[in-house]
Amino acid sequence: MTDISDLKSRDEWVSEGRKARLGKRHRAERRFKILGLGAILIALSMLATLLVSIGSKGYSAFVQTRFELTVTLDEAVIHPNGDSSVPAVRGASYGTLIRKALRAEFPDVKARRELRSLFGIVSKGASRQLRTMVMENPAVIGETISVWLVASDDMDMFNKGYIPRNVVEADRRIKDNEIKWFDQLAAKGATQKVFNWGFFSSGDSREPEIAGIWGAIVGSFYTILITFAIAFPIGVMSAIYLEEFAPKNRLTDIIEVNINNLAAVPSIVFGLLGVGLFLNVAHFPRSASVVGGLTLALMTLPIIIISARTAIRAVPDSIRNAALGLGASRQQTAFHHVLPLSMPGILTGTIIGLSQALGETAPLLMIGMVAFIVDIPGNVTDPATVLPVQIFLWADSPERAFVEKTSGAILVLLAFLVFMNALAVLLRRKFERRW
Amino acid sequence: MSFTPLIILLLAICTAGYWFGSKKALTIVPERGQARIGRPHQFGVFVVIWGTIPPVFLLILWSIFSLMSGDGENAIFDQIDQVIFPVLLILSTVLGCYAAITKIKSGLRTRKTLEFVVYSLLILASTVSVFTTIGIVFSLLFETLHFFEKVPVFDFLLGLHWSPQTALREDQVGSSGAFGAIPLFAGTMLITLIAMVVAVPLGLFSAIYMTEYASKTFRAIVKPILEILAGIPTVVYGFFAALTVGVFFRDVGSTIGLDVVSESALAAGVVMGMMIIPFISSLSDDVITAVPQSLRDGSYALGATKSETVMKVILPAALPGIVGAVLLAVSRAIGETMIVVMAAGFSANLTANPLEAVTTVTVQIVGLLVGDQEFDSAKTLAAFALALVLFLITLGLNVIALIVVRKYREKYD
Repeated sequence: MTDISDLKSRDEWVSEGRKARLGKRHRAERRFKILGLGAILIALSMLATLLVSIGSKGYSAFVQTRFELTVTLDEAVIHPNGDSSVPAVRGASYGTLIRKALRAEFPDVKARRELRSLFGIVSKGASRQLRTMVMENPAVIGETISVWLVASDDMDMFNKGYIPRNVVEADRRIKDNEIKWFDQLAAKGATQKVFNWGFFSSGDSREPEIAGIWGAIVGSFYTILITFAIAFPIGVMSAIYLEEFAPKNRLTDIIEVNINNLAAVPSIVFGLLGVGLFLNVAHFPRSASVVGGLTLALMTLPIIIISARTAIRAVPDSIRNAALGLGASRQQTAFHHVLPLSMPGILTGTIIGLSQALGETAPLLMIGMVAFIVDIPGNVTDPATVLPVQIFLWADSPERAFVEKTSGAILVLLAFLVFMNALAVLLRRKFERRW
Repeated sequence: MSFTPLIILLLAICTAGYWFGSKKALTIVPERGQARIGRPHQFGVFVVIWGTIPPVFLLILWSIFSLMSGDGENAIFDQIDQVIFPVLLILSTVLGCYAAITKIKSGLRTRKTLEFVVYSLLILASTVSVFTTIGIVFSLLFETLHFFEKVPVFDFLLGLHWSPQTALREDQVGSSGAFGAIPLFAGTMLITLIAMVVAVPLGLFSAIYMTEYASKTFRAIVKPILEILAGIPTVVYGFFAALTVGVFFRDVGSTIGLDVVSESALAAGVVMGMMIIPFISSLSDDVITAVPQSLRDGSYALGATKSETVMKVILPAALPGIVGAVLLAVSRAIGETMIVVMAAGFSANLTANPLEAVTTVTVQIVGLLVGDQEFDSAKTLAAFALALVLFLITLGLNVIALIVVRKYREKYD
């Protein structure tokens, strides 16, 4: 009972004015808290919008529309003039076969213009697809077989629902007769959506439906490999020197300040350094992944040095003193004891630095890795492009189908980054020691 | 000269040297009164070092020489490059290894040599970053001076008109080639300002909530998710800004009767701000956590609520650190390239209206340098001049920020 009377007396004691002021202060407190939470929620919803917008545009890049056509592999076409050698088979006009098949499929299409748009419903890459098939299995020559050919990008977009049916024909990317052909094929069950392996296995192309990211992935791999091979040893060695050996003098101070500043230099400036140093002075080949790797290595170096220094500093002095006390030299102490103990931290920092390099675009634009490159690079001096630059190039392309490809490529890039960062977190969790 | 077989051969010679060296080390009998000698592998490495130093030295000399002599396309040069030089390299390796092996005997102190070499390598590695800075400054400065020979400094820094299309032919019309960079600086500042208007309040309030209000679990979950924003490649933000945000602002503008271009400064700025949020929030997070607990306790003891403590005690105490964080964020926003390349325009408008298209320094650098270009036209040289300005501004901002943060740290340490 005393509790209630207590409260009552307090209420009586408190003046109305004070209660109002306290209420106001508490409301301000609540508002402030909601403001903070709101800021976090806005930031998170921005992230969610970004991911959802790209995910919803990109997931359909992983499937592809195909048409089933009955193609007669006419020996007269595949072996022109009776020549059955490999170059002749490779050079044969498979487009003719596909056009014949399309005519046979739609016999009532006669007008020239109509025929041209009919031939356009399968991809320009379909003839290559047919060629590969014939080269792999020459026994099919002369037979009539049914094959699934890649559809053109417009047909693909229509099948995926990006081109709506109920729009005036003039405002639509594909015309009424094309829709009619599509419906005919669909009614026969001659259309299908399959997983787009080509997206992961082929290089860039002007035709969105056959463009792939494998060339860019290989280019990225070479570039990051070079970056790692240069930046990791140099970074770790600088960190060891600065933490374990460097005397405290002017030079060391300069190096320290310099590393911190270098970490904040805009990436595009490193691109210009790459142009000046590696292209104009050293005459490395343009667009090669070795130049990209070197440029990114200079950019990643400060990140690696800073994280490696932190990791080395975290190793307690007792370890060093014990090693020195047992007669190890300072270098033996550093390389046999301190370095292995700080390796997990160093590797974590390195992976984070490399994942930054993997997503970097601007410096690579400077050194000419923006070229249109169809071939998969075979080594580090071949002209190459990397995944982010490929994304940039595709984002610039006007075709509607490239929006999907760009988003798809972004999803792949993000998957790589998530993988690398997860690896870094895992490494930290598993090996990091608290001293 | 084909490089790979030569390197394989040199490595093979060194491997042989290592093997012979360590074998020979095993045969040494320590003289009386002498301490135990080093382990065999130390002798092996000793031989390898003597086998690698001469060819590396020669290689450096040779590459400097061939750079100095320029494009020496004559036959003698080729002859030396193709035949004599590789032979020299191989000979020097063999001789180095041989000399080292003959030196192996009792009383040879290998560790000293090894440690000297390692120590030199360490110093060499730590100067790479200094040389990078020097390289940046020189490569920019050199081209910028060339540029200022063609375009006066004041025309560049104070000119109001930017149209870098120089005439390809003498008689071409409409391509005067004006290099007044003020519109670019203005555009950069406008976009940076928008980015900061988005990022500073959001980042700061997130940091305050995280440090002062949030539970441990909330913090452990939300903080890494926010950091994802910093890990997303800028090209992805650029695509998002150009395709989603720009179009969204344009549509919103047209419904409320405003004329918003789809390449508006607003879209680029907002997306850039989004990218910078985690940068500001994690830096201010550190700064706020570093404010001593005693200040908070004192404030609570006087009856202040949490928000009053934050506003009247913690923020003033943490202000220098927060200013430092904002400066670093500004320098990052100024140097950001891909978002503006993809979402802002290339045309240089001198305007303060965020609904119009502006261009930035970084966009112009990309525009001027991408594609095949002669490296001596005013157009490409302008890119280097712009980059030098960019470098100096970001450097200045960073130095100020670091000084501010350092001063602040000293106060509470």
